[in-house]
Amino acid sequence: MITTRSVADSTRRLILKSTVTAVLIAAASGVVSAEELGYPEKEELKFGFIKLTDMAPIAIAYEKGYFEDEGLYVTIEAQANWKVLLDGVINGQLDGAHMLAGQPLAATIGYGTQAHIITPFSMDLNGNGITVSNDIWAQMKENIPHEDGKPVHPIKADALKPVVEKYKSEGKPFNMGMVFPVSTHNYELRYWLAAGGIHPGYYAPHKGDTSGQIDADAMLSVTPPPQMPATLEAGTIYGYCVGEPWNQQAVFKGIGVPVITDYEIWKNNPEKVFGISAEFAEKYPNTTIRLTRALIRAAMWLDDNNNANRPEAVKILSQSNYVGADADVIANSMTGTFEYEKGDKREVPDFNVFFRYNATYPYYSDAIWYLTQMRRWGQIAEDKPDDWYIDVAKQVYRADLYTLAARSLVEEGLAKAEDFPDFDSETGFKPEQSGFIDGVTYDGSKPNDYLNKFDIGLKQGDLL
Amino acid sequence: MSTTISENSGPSGAAFLTRLGPWLLRVAKPLAAPLAGIAVFLMLWSMAAQQIDTSLGKFPGPVAVSEQFGNLMSEHLAEREKETAFYERQEIRNADRVAKDPTYEPRIRAYTGKETFIDQIVTSLVTVASGFVLAAIIAIPLGIAIGLNKTVNAAVNPVIQIFKPVSPLAWLPLVTMVVSALYVSDDPMVPKSFVTSMITVTLCCLWPMVINTSVGVASIEKDLVNVSRVLSLKPLTHVQKIVLPSSIPAIFTGMRLSLGIAWMVLIAAEMLAQNPGLGKFVWDEFQNGSSSSLARIMAAVLVIGLIGYILDRAMLLLQRRVSWDKKSALR
Repeated sequence: MITTRSVADSTRRLILKSTVTAVLIAAASGVVSAEELGYPEKEELKFGFIKLTDMAPIAIAYEKGYFEDEGLYVTIEAQANWKVLLDGVINGQLDGAHMLAGQPLAATIGYGTQAHIITPFSMDLNGNGITVSNDIWAQMKENIPHEDGKPVHPIKADALKPVVEKYKSEGKPFNMGMVFPVSTHNYELRYWLAAGGIHPGYYAPHKGDTSGQIDADAMLSVTPPPQMPATLEAGTIYGYCVGEPWNQQAVFKGIGVPVITDYEIWKNNPEKVFGISAEFAEKYPNTTIRLTRALIRAAMWLDDNNNANRPEAVKILSQSNYVGADADVIANSMTGTFEYEKGDKREVPDFNVFFRYNATYPYYSDAIWYLTQMRRWGQIAEDKPDDWYIDVAKQVYRADLYTLAARSLVEEGLAKAEDFPDFDSETGFKPEQSGFIDGVTYDGSKPNDYLNKFDIGLKQGDLL
Repeated sequence: MSTTISENSGPSGAAFLTRLGPWLLRVAKPLAAPLAGIAVFLMLWSMAAQQIDTSLGKFPGPVAVSEQFGNLMSEHLAEREKETAFYERQEIRNADRVAKDPTYEPRIRAYTGKETFIDQIVTSLVTVASGFVLAAIIAIPLGIAIGLNKTVNAAVNPVIQIFKPVSPLAWLPLVTMVVSALYVSDDPMVPKSFVTSMITVTLCCLWPMVINTSVGVASIEKDLVNVSRVLSLKPLTHVQKIVLPSSIPAIFTGMRLSLGIAWMVLIAAEMLAQNPGLGKFVWDEFQNGSSSSLARIMAAVLVIGLIGYILDRAMLLLQRRVSWDKKSALR
């Protein structure tokens, strides 16, 4: 308890002096690896993960010996849920973990447990889907235009709206599941619902309301990923947003129908990150760079030769100590196809992206998008200036560490410079992005402008 | 046995058969009922399994489960091979580093691969044994103290009665937090998760031993106590010569009860806290939700049951050996 509080205090101080600290840390790690990269300070590490296919880089780095190449002896351990996993990294039981992009950000700004968590490596793009139960699908289907007997994709939440309204008029809550309050899935599900005019509800942490159901048409609540299909089957929820293989498993089990992938909600959206504590990165700079190198190599392997290694990756992931689901369920999404309704298999070549499109580079603009969504739904209760968003992003998304790791890989001939962003000119901000399902464009350098573009959601100046 | 029969019976096959018949009957008779029971159970199981369709496929029957036993074993062997390779690679890497950097002291790090089913069984057994022994060390002296002194009994009894019926799952969060707060070291001898499981087991299997021991001690025959008084034995000698021997049957009854509870508690605790062991194996397989998950869980269920049975029998055997009261240890 005492340690948590002192970490929290120092984090608060860190935020105040954020720029100074960031510069200092960057300078310190720069000194260490200016010449040849030294041996790791800590060799035996324990990483946590949740049973989802996007944990693949960690499994591959282990199985292909990339961790060992760096002199790291890593134990990989499945965690019960995202909260347990985050606590593990905060209290030091885990040295690092497969995390939701929102977790390091939320922890650093003190939403939920407060601790300074950073990420030197973004794990993947896309990879999630929204699934509804068979019953809801039958009702939705009437509202979806068809072509050649098949529903036209992407399916918007407009088709779900009449169903939700019917439940509302009957006085029945329309329950849906997502995996964690600051999860990508929560924001994606909310984005999709709101784009179709369904209000997903606000959070009001300053009033002690963290249920996220204020003004809600659809009631969202937390269920751990592996339990999603069972909860849907039990009728506790009518739909969910989760990563693979849990959407495909609903199809295989015949209990639900995936309606949309997150690729269609926001093309090439950033997904999981690899989270470590800021303390760890400071104490073990060489270890941090080395584990980042191993993960970059694993991501490269996963996307190599146009996904040629994916079948082998599927086999590894289906082992019971990793994801453990049946290989054909995992293969469905990992090898470039996605099955919506049973038999309606469509090509989604970029459903799981691990390396191309600079997927592993921790862009500040990606971090800021998550922060804007936390603000949009009230998890960040009060207005923040644009500078605040940028400061937090730079504090948590450590592009400097990634750059050191990638450069040393290029120097050793283990990677090619053209596979990475041009580090000399990279600002960490992607150019203005379109590709959202509602057509709204996003510029990471102007978060408040972005928030003002939405019909549903808190805007600049709003306070619940 | 059969060799002696054939030697003695010589050429007469008929005589051999007539003697074999009763022998078979004698051996088979006590086995017949249990075997029939098992056969009927397997039949019912396999028939019922056919009828149950889960979202993970049909409920596993005996055949599917026995297949998984094979798989679990071969996974174990494959993992051991990977382990050997891991150590070989490590030695080469250490040698390389020493060549480059002579000040480096090479260290062999433990294998980082996954725990197999067999490893999980061993972990669970070690945990239950440690928790049980710790409980016995606390419970038996405490029970004796309570049994000897009415005042102590009156003082301690309400506390025991309140804690006795508490489920392990209620203790678990408290134990977890306390262990992580107090058990802090950079290089712990045993992992935290082990300590948590062990203490949870101890807390739950303490009470039957305390109660049985105290009852046993309190009901020593008056004559024996009087003899001790006449000889004016010292308190320690009194406990050693009079109290312990006469309360052994009661102590063992308590221990047997406790061991059974310990095993049940451990599986639940491992499952909830994700601590290594058979409970975690079951939970992991449930989370995996693959088509073979149910069969693997069923395999674990059978193993858990079998181990529970063996533990109980072992305790009974020990009891028969040590205790003078053979009547109390019949079933």
